Amino acid sequence: MLEADLHKQLRDFPLNVHFLVKPGEILVLMGENGSGKSTVLNSIAGLLSPDTGSIRLEGTLLFNSENATDMPVEDRNIGYVLQNPAVFPHITVRENIAYGLKARYKPKDLVHSRVNHWLRVMDIEGLGGVKAGNLSGGQKQKVALARALAIEPGLLMLDEPFTALDTESIQSVQEAVRTCVSDLQIPCILVMHSVADALVIGDRVYLLNRGVNRWEGRPSDMPGAGMQLST
Amino acid sequence: MTHWFLQPEKSRRTLAVIGAGFLIILVTLYLALPVAALFFRITPELFFSSLSDPEVQSALGLSLVTSIISLAIVILVGTPFAYVHSRITYPGKMIVDTLIDLPLVLPPAVAGVALLVLYGRVGFIGRYLNLFGITLAFTTVAVIMAQIFVASPFYLRQAKSLFEQMDPAYEHTARTLGASPMRIFATITIPLTASGLVSGAVMTFGRALGEFGATIMFAGNLPGVSQTMPLAVYVGMEGNFIVGITISILLVLISFAIMIAVRFLASREVPLA
Repeated sequence: MLEADLHKQLRDFPLNVHFLVKPGEILVLMGENGSGKSTVLNSIAGLLSPDTGSIRLEGTLLFNSENATDMPVEDRNIGYVLQNPAVFPHITVRENIAYGLKARYKPKDLVHSRVNHWLRVMDIEGLGGVKAGNLSGGQKQKVALARALAIEPGLLMLDEPFTALDTESIQSVQEAVRTCVSDLQIPCILVMHSVADALVIGDRVYLLNRGVNRWEGRPSDMPGAGMQLST
Repeated sequence: MTHWFLQPEKSRRTLAVIGAGFLIILVTLYLALPVAALFFRITPELFFSSLSDPEVQSALGLSLVTSIISLAIVILVGTPFAYVHSRITYPGKMIVDTLIDLPLVLPPAVAGVALLVLYGRVGFIGRYLNLFGITLAFTTVAVIMAQIFVASPFYLRQAKSLFEQMDPAYEHTARTLGASPMRIFATITIPLTASGLVSGAVMTFGRALGEFGATIMFAGNLPGVSQTMPLAVYVGMEGNFIVGITISILLVLISFAIMIAVRFLASREVPLA
């Protein structure tokens, strides 16, 4: 279970959000550009500090302004794919996926088998030896996703993960995310713009406008969702 | 695409082409002729025979050794400095930024005088070092200090802007994956900026090799101790003319090699996306 209670003064407005995400649940964070979505993800990841509030993941306190708890980013064990998938261009796809495992000093054979597993799941087995800088946008998103999942994170956060994928791979990648989240029983937050994608993959939608929650509920109940369903 | 001033009616077009050609030839000749003249001043036989002149060899050896040491120090201290400087905000950062650029506009002779006033035998720091028997001015160490002072901005500016321009997403992602700051620096930051850093280093090496003003003021002009190639050129032109020309040609060749290296590295730089 992820419990986030965040307050931060942004340039134009204050951000005030509070939400829970259950293990195995996918929360879709929606809202216009600049509504505070990325700030929410960066705060949970530890890349930004909220002014006040608390973040708790599976009972572990990641951040609490009252007793000055602020766990370092590298200890939070959160799989986070930023909007720029930031695949490391100078190393191979295999080395990219192995990066987090090597940082944790996992044994070689475990790294090897885990990398093979994720290459298979993302359907990029043929690309293992390719320098990641030479990949297409969609392939990069798959590698970034595999890299984030390979560390078996306690929380998965994806910032617009499907934008560069072609229609065929969107389906398979969405399925892979779904399966992982329910297999690992971890909470998951997706930032998305597409209502159609939210309907397919999301369990719950959290709509953000100028730093505050405007609507929360099942994707199919979302204003405008009916129109998307009928098309 | 042809530029607008080359497009309209024929007569004007011809005139424009002649004008453009004249400008290009003028600038090219102005830069190339003096350099070419050096090569025609002495015969190849004379050039190669004076390469074995002890004065030439001593200056060449001293220049290479001091420039390499200067470059190593600039890289070892400058890389972490530029990284920290580009990643944090601190009071006086603007002043430090200006100081980094200062040696680029400061006359090198002034830099040499400044170093002398501080580290010379009776200088503010030098007089205390002198108590311990340490002398810096007019030694080979002074040559290196002068080179670092004058040449380091080329590397520092380049490193600073590379680290600033790098998309933070790479380092952020590596952190979420559990990598320590040192690991990220070594496995992500440095490899992603490597070719740019090397071209900055090459420029620094070139500038150190050509250092004259600060060296002669702070390190003097002692053969084998502080008489680097540019100083030997100066001495040569007053006495052994052939030696002066030979070392000049060597410096031109090295400069060309440096420019080619920088061009090659710049063309290899991968845009980060």
